[in-house]
Amino acid sequence: MRPYLNQMVWLLIAAGAATGAGIVVPLVVRRVVDGPVRHGDATGLLTLGALALALGVVEALLIFIRRWTQSASALGMEAELRRDLYAHLQRLPIAFHDRWQSGQLLSRATSDLSVIRRFLSFGLIFLVVNTGTYVTVVALLIHLYWPLGLLVAASAVPLFSVSKRFTQQYFKASRTMQDQLGDLATQVEESAQGIRVIKSFGRRRHQGARFADGARRVHDTGVSKARMLANTWSQFDLIPNVTLALVLVVGALEVSRGALSLGGLVAFVSLQVMLVWPIDALGWIIANGQEAMTAADRVYEVLDTEPSIVDHPAAAVVTPRDVEGHVRFEGVRFAYPGAQTPVLHRVDLDVRPGETLAVVGATGSGKTSLVSLVPRLYDVTGGRITIDGRDVRDYRLSSLRRIVGVAFEEPTLFSMSVRENLALGRSDASDAEITEALAVAQADFVYDLPWGLDTRVGEQGLSLSGGQRQRLALARAVLGKPRVLVLDDPLSALDVHTEALVEEALARVLKGTTALLVVHRPSTVALADRVALLYDGEITAVGTHSELLATVPEYRAVLSASTDAVSSGHLLEEGAA
Amino acid sequence: MSVDLKAWRGVAPDDDAERTAAEAADEASVVRLRARTRRLLGSLLRPHRRALRVVVALLLAQNAAAMAGPYLVKLGIDRGIPPLSGGRDDPTVLVAVAVAFAVAIVTEFATKRGFLALSGRVGQAILLDLRRRVYDHFQRLSVAFHERYTSGRVVARLTSDMDSISELLDGGIEDLVLAGLSVISVAAILLWLDWPMALVTMASFPFLLILSRWFQRASARAYRRTREAVALVIVHFVESMGGMRAVHAFRREPRNQEIFDAVNDDYRAANLTANRLIATYSPSIKLVGNVTIAVVLTYGGYRALHGQTEVGVLAAFLLYLRRFFEPMQELSQFYNSLQSATAALEKLAGVLDEPPSVPEPARPEPLPAARGDLRLDGVRFAYRGERVVLSRLDLHIPSGQTVAVVGATGAGKSTIAKLVARFYDPSEGTVTLDGVDLRDLTDDDLRRAVVMVTQENFLFSGTVADNIRFGRPDAGRQEVEDAARAIGADAFIRALPEGYDTDVRKRGGRLSAGQRQLVAFARAFLADPAVLILDEATSSLDIPSERLVQRALRTILADRTAIVIAHRLSTVEIADRVLVLDAGRVVEDGPPDGLVADGGRYATLHQEWRDSLV
Ligand SMILES: Nc1ncnc2c1ncn2[C@@H]1O[C@H](COP(=O)(O)OP(=O)(O)O)[C@@H](O)[C@H]1O
Ligand SMILES: Nc1ncnc2c1ncn2[C@@H]1O[C@H](COP(=O)(O)OP(=O)(O)O)[C@@H](O)[C@H]1O
Ligand SMILES: [Mg+2]
Ligand SMILES: [Mg+2]
Repeated sequence: MRPYLNQMVWLLIAAGAATGAGIVVPLVVRRVVDGPVRHGDATGLLTLGALALALGVVEALLIFIRRWTQSASALGMEAELRRDLYAHLQRLPIAFHDRWQSGQLLSRATSDLSVIRRFLSFGLIFLVVNTGTYVTVVALLIHLYWPLGLLVAASAVPLFSVSKRFTQQYFKASRTMQDQLGDLATQVEESAQGIRVIKSFGRRRHQGARFADGARRVHDTGVSKARMLANTWSQFDLIPNVTLALVLVVGALEVSRGALSLGGLVAFVSLQVMLVWPIDALGWIIANGQEAMTAADRVYEVLDTEPSIVDHPAAAVVTPRDVEGHVRFEGVRFAYPGAQTPVLHRVDLDVRPGETLAVVGATGSGKTSLVSLVPRLYDVTGGRITIDGRDVRDYRLSSLRRIVGVAFEEPTLFSMSVRENLALGRSDASDAEITEALAVAQADFVYDLPWGLDTRVGEQGLSLSGGQRQRLALARAVLGKPRVLVLDDPLSALDVHTEALVEEALARVLKGTTALLVVHRPSTVALADRVALLYDGEITAVGTHSELLATVPEYRAVLSASTDAVSSGHLLEEGAA
Repeated sequence: MSVDLKAWRGVAPDDDAERTAAEAADEASVVRLRARTRRLLGSLLRPHRRALRVVVALLLAQNAAAMAGPYLVKLGIDRGIPPLSGGRDDPTVLVAVAVAFAVAIVTEFATKRGFLALSGRVGQAILLDLRRRVYDHFQRLSVAFHERYTSGRVVARLTSDMDSISELLDGGIEDLVLAGLSVISVAAILLWLDWPMALVTMASFPFLLILSRWFQRASARAYRRTREAVALVIVHFVESMGGMRAVHAFRREPRNQEIFDAVNDDYRAANLTANRLIATYSPSIKLVGNVTIAVVLTYGGYRALHGQTEVGVLAAFLLYLRRFFEPMQELSQFYNSLQSATAALEKLAGVLDEPPSVPEPARPEPLPAARGDLRLDGVRFAYRGERVVLSRLDLHIPSGQTVAVVGATGAGKSTIAKLVARFYDPSEGTVTLDGVDLRDLTDDDLRRAVVMVTQENFLFSGTVADNIRFGRPDAGRQEVEDAARAIGADAFIRALPEGYDTDVRKRGGRLSAGQRQLVAFARAFLADPAVLILDEATSSLDIPSERLVQRALRTILADRTAIVIAHRLSTVEIADRVLVLDAGRVVEDGPPDGLVADGGRYATLHQEWRDSLV
């Protein structure tokens, strides 16, 4: 913001000078009336006319310079703030994003910042300039004729009390409004993203009514804000007018007493008229300023949130090449922020370098939570996770997330080319690496897309089928040969045939890579060297699939398809026979 | 550092389609767009005609009162002071002027207040109306539209564009009109006060006109660009916030930042262009004003010097002249907001003009209680013109039958489901329900009859109960819980900290993927449709949960039509009939055990699946 501060000073000077030039004009008028006109001095008139012309041109020029630079600096500031906000949001942990609606974040990044910009480009300058104008004009008025000048000065008192009351009310109202707009943005986003569900249940009107409620709330706040503005602005209009009337009456009396010249009164009044606009604008400026303040509050709510998952100063930079991939969970405990009961009570696990460990457990048992801890999407609340004996928190995040490759159970694709979606953070990925990753995930279908790897896959990849998206997500995880792979139910959306193909290719990759594999199906368990059963927030059994199947009833309950399915399979065969 | 936009965004079939049909860029459509925008504006204002008339009346009264000020000053000086001076102490004129002034002031105060309050109310009502219209229209537009328009753009239209219209409505329009009025009335007064001086003043008009014309042209273009630029910022922002897990896990941050910086800077540059226009326009107006004042001052002084005009007239003239050019500044300012709002309104008009590609029928066939007899007749379908997904499909599903559809990824299973749920209309042929073409059904009838559950199972932020109730908004708590119990979701929901009242947060993020799927199931069961479509709806469930769902399905599907798409053949077992789909064609059709016995494709699939179980 430093460079902008300098500019700001210059802007104020230019604005002040321009206003000064504007103020001088009435004085020239007075000279004209009192001087040349009275004395019949034609050349004097021309000189003064030329002076007025020069002043006018200078004023316009200064305004031009001010606005020209001002728009650049205010927009620059806005863009910079937006960039900082975005950068900060990217640093904030997943737990933050779990809690915050993106509509609220968005309204901060767009509406709030433009409110601030508007204040910076007009409000702030005019606040200073208008206050300056006011003080200068009043001083000049006092200088011209002090009794009337003091009268004008006294009008500041009611102005002040009006603005004070207004400020307090308006601040609250703008905050409410901006929050409501954020909620509305959230609703809009949700209903655009959930359009299929809304359509599929025919809930258009239901959603429409909900939206209308939100919009109605915004409307009501808007109306009450308008009422406040009407009250205040009309008073800001009234006060200078009353003062003007008083000045006229008192001034006329003074002229008749001979205490003031006629030209003096004309100049006084025409100078005083210069106060009307600054005072009028004051109402607008205060409103604008209040809005900017609440907007800044809202933006700083986010900017002041400290990222909780960060590099500590001594964190190590480690390249994947130097990692063996020995992953250990030591007494890991984890609770989601704000949750009473932990999801994981005490997890101890040892995954040897190159080993593939399957994690099995019922829906909601905490498998996803468990594996999210490895790349530090969340931090453990107790115990620790180590890779090669080093706590994951002692790795630089950039190193850790390069060592660990992840495929989420719900594949996220961005509206970008396939290539960009695969590489994500690894813009250095070579074509050969991409081809290889695609082969592992059996995602050759991308070559058949209209523009191959350059095809944009739609929003959330929705125009790809679930299985296609999942395979891209898998390719993304294995791209660049991470030392540790975390695959969360990576094959759930594939048909049996494709699944078998992917498993075969994946098995080759897994041979040299440490992997944590969340699985639901016996077929996928075959990829693992050992299986761990997550039950009630703890790892209750570790062993091979057949061992656990034979000895652990909970395991049998979660993973064995045999009881129900195979018996009905028998039924099928009997039916066929 | 500039990021090549095309390279990272990739190529899409119809980049231009991100615009609505109405906003294509050629000259003819710009004209059409303007006409549409005007129509939209007209239809927004029409309901407020009476209020607007009052607003204008108040405005005129306020203007008249405000105008009286300088004239009364002139009267006070020219007529009020002479009777007081030179020993004659006659204050009547001055008192009369003072009283008139007081009346004018009070009138101005009251009318201004009334005007602001009323116009604020009207402005808010217009905004509310516009918001609802645009929202409703977006909801009416087809899935195909949303697929290309993207949610970020929808958000942009309903947030940022609305902001810029609201800016005009609450800051501007009144001043625009008021300033316009005051310019006109001042011009009249000037003429009346001293017409030679007024004519000199009017010599400035051509310059003002030329400037304004230039500004209007240039700024319309500039603001259109800012609307598009801000939409890109919003799209990128929304998307990266939505995919933050992937962003973090794959160290996408720097690249994202690079892209964001690029779109952000683009937006800044677009705004800068627009702002520079006004930064040139407004001081130019000022310049014209100042030069005019200087000229009039000299000329007026000359006339006063020669006794052709009074000093008071000159003073008043100069005062009015300020009142003439000062509002022009405001006028230019609000002209600016107007241009920005117009650009936004154009975008919205474009959206509102987009015809729903899956429209509601003009004369619907009533279908109060569907039996669920489905028929696809010669259906041909392609998503976006090019590749045909279904070439000619005939299919009859009698009511009450449960049909499983199997086949490789991309065979067209989901496409059939989406056609039956009328997310799209077939390019040829018909889809009928109980003999009625889906295109002849009202949305309400169709949606009551047909419900689809997919693996996407989007949940809305709000409580678990609300999400289930989405299936049938009038359902009571007991029914919600029964639905959850039926598919085995009750236990986990009760274990949540606030049970059914737990907020699932955005997109259901508070729940695990499997739990989300169960809630989505409960939602569909509560809806109780005649035709239920399940598209890989159990993929994230563990085996016991899937078994529970299966058991529930067996009872629930007993008396209704169902299309079940699943690659886990365990789900298929509950079907009466299996269709094997290959490249959009039905290659096998029969009861599951029959197909196994026939030893065709299904038999192979079945065998593969059996093998995968061990
Ligand atoms: N972001 C979150 N905040 C709070 N609770 C969560 C969150 N995500 C999941 N949970 C809860 O934690 C538990 C474990 O979830 P998860 O790890 O996703 O299970 P799964 O084993 O199915 O992958 C579930 O009960 C779920 O409701
Ligand atoms: N929204 C869409 N836009 C364009 N093409 C699509 C879209 N959805 C699916 N497709 C294409 O249509 C074909 C059939 O897809 P789909 O019906 O989803 O197959 P399945 O469900 O059998 O896996 C595929 O080639 C797929 O890429
Ligand atoms: Mg999970
Ligand atoms: Mg599908």
